[in-house]
Amino acid sequence: MSFQRPNFRHPELPVNELGYRKKDYEGSLSTLCAGCGHDSIGGALIQACFELNIEPHKLAKLSGIGCSSKTPAYFLGNSHGFNSVHGRMPSVATGANLANRDLMYLGVSGDDDTASIGMGQFVHLIRRNLNITYIVMNNGCYGLTKGQDSATADKGSKSKAGSVNEFQNIDLPGLAIELGAGFVARSFSGDKTQLIPLIKAAMAHPGFALIDVISPCVTFNNNVGSTKSYDYVREHIDATSTIDFTPPAEEITAQYADGSSLQLAMHDGSLLHLRKIQTGWDPTKKDSAVRALHEAYAKAEILTGLIYIDENQEDLHALLNTTETPLNKLQEKELVPNSSVLNDLNASFR
Amino acid sequence: MQTHPVINDFVVRFANVNGTGSASANNMFAKAIFRMGIPVTPKNIFPSNIQGLPTWYEVRVSDKGYLGRREGVDIMICVNPQSMKADIAGLKSGSYFVYDNTKPLHKEFIREDINYIGIPLTEITLREYTDPRQRMLFKNIIYVGAMSALINLDMDILKQIISEQFQGKEKLIAPNHHALELGSQYVKEHYSFPLKFKLERRDLLKDKILFEGNAACALGAVFGGATVAAWYPITPSTSVVDAFSEYAEKFRVDPESGKNNYAIVQAEDELSAIGMVIGAMWNGARAFTATSGPGVSLMQEFLGLAYFAEVPAVLIDVQRTGPSTGMPTRTQQSDILCAAYASHGDTKHVLVIPSTPSECFEFTRQAFDLADQLQTPIIVMSDLDLGMNDHISDPLAINEDIKFKRGKVLTAEELENMDRFGRYLDSDKDGICYRTIPGTHPTRGMYFTRGSSRDEYAIYTEDGAAYKRNMDRLNKKWETIKSYVPQPEFYQNEQTSDLGVIFYGTSVYSALEAKDDLASQGIHMDAMRIRSFPFNEEVSDFISAHRKIFVIEQNRDAQMRSLLINEMDINPDKLIRVLNYDGLPITAHHIESIISKHLDVQPNASKSNLESTSISAS
Ligand SMILES: Cc1ncc(C[n+]2csc(CCOP(=O)(O)OP(=O)(O)O)c2C)c(N)n1
Ligand code: SF4
Repeated sequence: MSFQRPNFRHPELPVNELGYRKKDYEGSLSTLCAGCGHDSIGGALIQACFELNIEPHKLAKLSGIGCSSKTPAYFLGNSHGFNSVHGRMPSVATGANLANRDLMYLGVSGDDDTASIGMGQFVHLIRRNLNITYIVMNNGCYGLTKGQDSATADKGSKSKAGSVNEFQNIDLPGLAIELGAGFVARSFSGDKTQLIPLIKAAMAHPGFALIDVISPCVTFNNNVGSTKSYDYVREHIDATSTIDFTPPAEEITAQYADGSSLQLAMHDGSLLHLRKIQTGWDPTKKDSAVRALHEAYAKAEILTGLIYIDENQEDLHALLNTTETPLNKLQEKELVPNSSVLNDLNASFR
Repeated sequence: MQTHPVINDFVVRFANVNGTGSASANNMFAKAIFRMGIPVTPKNIFPSNIQGLPTWYEVRVSDKGYLGRREGVDIMICVNPQSMKADIAGLKSGSYFVYDNTKPLHKEFIREDINYIGIPLTEITLREYTDPRQRMLFKNIIYVGAMSALINLDMDILKQIISEQFQGKEKLIAPNHHALELGSQYVKEHYSFPLKFKLERRDLLKDKILFEGNAACALGAVFGGATVAAWYPITPSTSVVDAFSEYAEKFRVDPESGKNNYAIVQAEDELSAIGMVIGAMWNGARAFTATSGPGVSLMQEFLGLAYFAEVPAVLIDVQRTGPSTGMPTRTQQSDILCAAYASHGDTKHVLVIPSTPSECFEFTRQAFDLADQLQTPIIVMSDLDLGMNDHISDPLAINEDIKFKRGKVLTAEELENMDRFGRYLDSDKDGICYRTIPGTHPTRGMYFTRGSSRDEYAIYTEDGAAYKRNMDRLNKKWETIKSYVPQPEFYQNEQTSDLGVIFYGTSVYSALEAKDDLASQGIHMDAMRIRSFPFNEEVSDFISAHRKIFVIEQNRDAQMRSLLINEMDINPDKLIRVLNYDGLPITAHHIESIISKHLDVQPNASKSNLESTSISAS
């Protein structure tokens, strides 16, 4: 069942540059467990889209199956949504994006949805560099089927039932960097100050952008021994940077005189400011980013923030040399050869 | 030697080794007969292997215009020693065996009742060419040249075809012409007897074309407005997308910007391919994928989603021999049930079933209209025989002005002027609802597409009554669909009969021949060709109007028969199975023998003494 929110609007709520209120970016009431990390991520998405002045109908949100994949119903109610099949959102998103390159695409997935059943599609989505913001709500377990270990669960981590996971975990950011993703970040559902600018930066990134968000499952994976519980994550978090994202329309006022800060210009003209906490690490260098991930992992720390960025990649449309006009706008006159062409073809088959 | 010549009615088979360039020479042979105005049916019988195994090319010539495969070989051109023993064993008495006599034939290959025509192919190529590759390639041209002299195949036409083929590579024309002459001259110098089987020019083909179904489907996609193609390679569907890519490059590049008005993605698997199609069509573009049985199996979950969430999709299924990997390079009509009921739950899908290249073109083109209008997957059921072999066909045709039928898609203005939009509201009472394309209107028309149950406003619900209402509406839509899809085709008789025959797809060729043959023995049957699923009234009327009906299919389990029985509550006793499932196209002789046996009559004597020529390829 989903419950719709009332349409009531408080007259004094702040509006963004497009005249939308934050409420315009909300969806129906969540049916997830109270305290589920996924809802916090939804909240961050609402805030990010509000601040980014996104026209809600110009964004399409796609997901697979799982508690995480249900969340698109709970935010951006004025955007079209597509809850596809388990693990296969990347292909649906690819088709959608090919059909209309003018919309923004937000992919929402779970750790099983992406790292197990959907691993193949995830990997190939990165290969093709589809222009999409891809959020994994990573709780290290299967929520909707009640708590089985997922492929992102750390080796040695304990499930609620007490059993210890014996298998290697799949680290999605590490994998994404390896595959050549142009924007790779990790965050924590409980850290909105970090997550919101990361989402904004990911949305401004012109190709594939991954944010792996550790998102504790309060019901099945918030126990002692789990490495994806609130307490564990809070204690072991190691931020690469504090992040400040400035969209292009705003005047750029952030100061970055401080020698330890890094400023990255995004393709749309906006700026990303990173203030480093981790030392000896450069997010524009693949090897440095991968090393930082490994070092943090060795210390049982969770590295968060923008881990790697490469702004100079061509997205799928550029690679396929598709027309600027969205393919779904092309009409008969652009698409159908005239009948004399058919006559010539017929003649060539004789 | 034979006294009565047989004009334009025989079967020639070439036994080659795959990977040696024989395909284009063999094609040229068939095309030249076509250009002589004579009905001709070429069939590739090839192994699932790239190089070195036996492959055959069989050409039937029929003045009467019968285009099905016929058993029994009259002239065998043997270029492959590997298969020689079986090739000789399969010949009819009185037939011809053309072989390379550079070395004498071993006596185990000698049969008293056939005629041997030796041509020293190896010797000629060794003498004429130094390059080993040239020797291999020109051997093929030489035997075509020899055939020209043996059966009166028009040399000028052959030369013309070569000149056309090598347009832009003019240097190659003269050596190919020379190779043709070498073959022809050798025959003329060494043999004086006329062959019993001969070609004579006719004017039977008018404006017909000789074309393969897969490329015709690809052109259907071009003219149908497909802009997104997503696929994963599989025999025998690969050439659909290969051809689409070729035509798109020709017709779909914007002349001003040089940018493509299309996108082709080679997906990582079939799950992804159909997912992309669904995503693209959900977002208002026209998209398709092409696959075969194993791919259809993988697409099932997504097909169920598209059915239930009512997202258009176009899938071209070029069927091959199943189950599992079966015989990947042999033909069958065995995906009928798996396509019709693909996915779990109460699901059914619209099938359109072409029989000719011109129908491949037309049905694929229409599939995009149907998908958009009906908001459901449309599956074009072709097969290997239709897709990968050349067939004589009506020319491809369109109305002067193609207007895409986009179905019930709401514009921003329409959304502005309506009360609440309900994605799954049956406003027109035909079971088909209105949809919106993402990005259309800032505040109206948004909805959530999902595979889980929802109410008329697309809001998730587990309410049993709402679920049932939706499923019942989908059934109502299914009724509506019956009037949209291609209607069955009937083949009229002068005499009415209480016997009927039903067939579909590529079975048409041999079915019609068998029907004629049986009629000449006094067994008259009314015939119906099914061209789509769901079945409409005309199909059930035809079945009710006949006492006994033979259902001709190319699969083991009589899948179409099952579908008919299941969907229309027919008494199963009434529908008699006429089946072929050895991977080769069904023949008229096979159909006649089953029907005759069932009716307890002697099959036509002239056909029954044909030797079996089943070919085994490991
Ligand atoms: C083909 C298929 N197999 C299995 C399932 C059952 N299933 C539903 S959700 C789920 C796990 C989801 O886990 P995850 O992606 O981590 O999301 P979470 O619920 O934890 O947010 C599974 C196995 C399914 N829906 N489809
Ligand atoms: S089961 Fe876990 S993941 Fe699912 S809603 Fe509850 S807390 Fe969230």
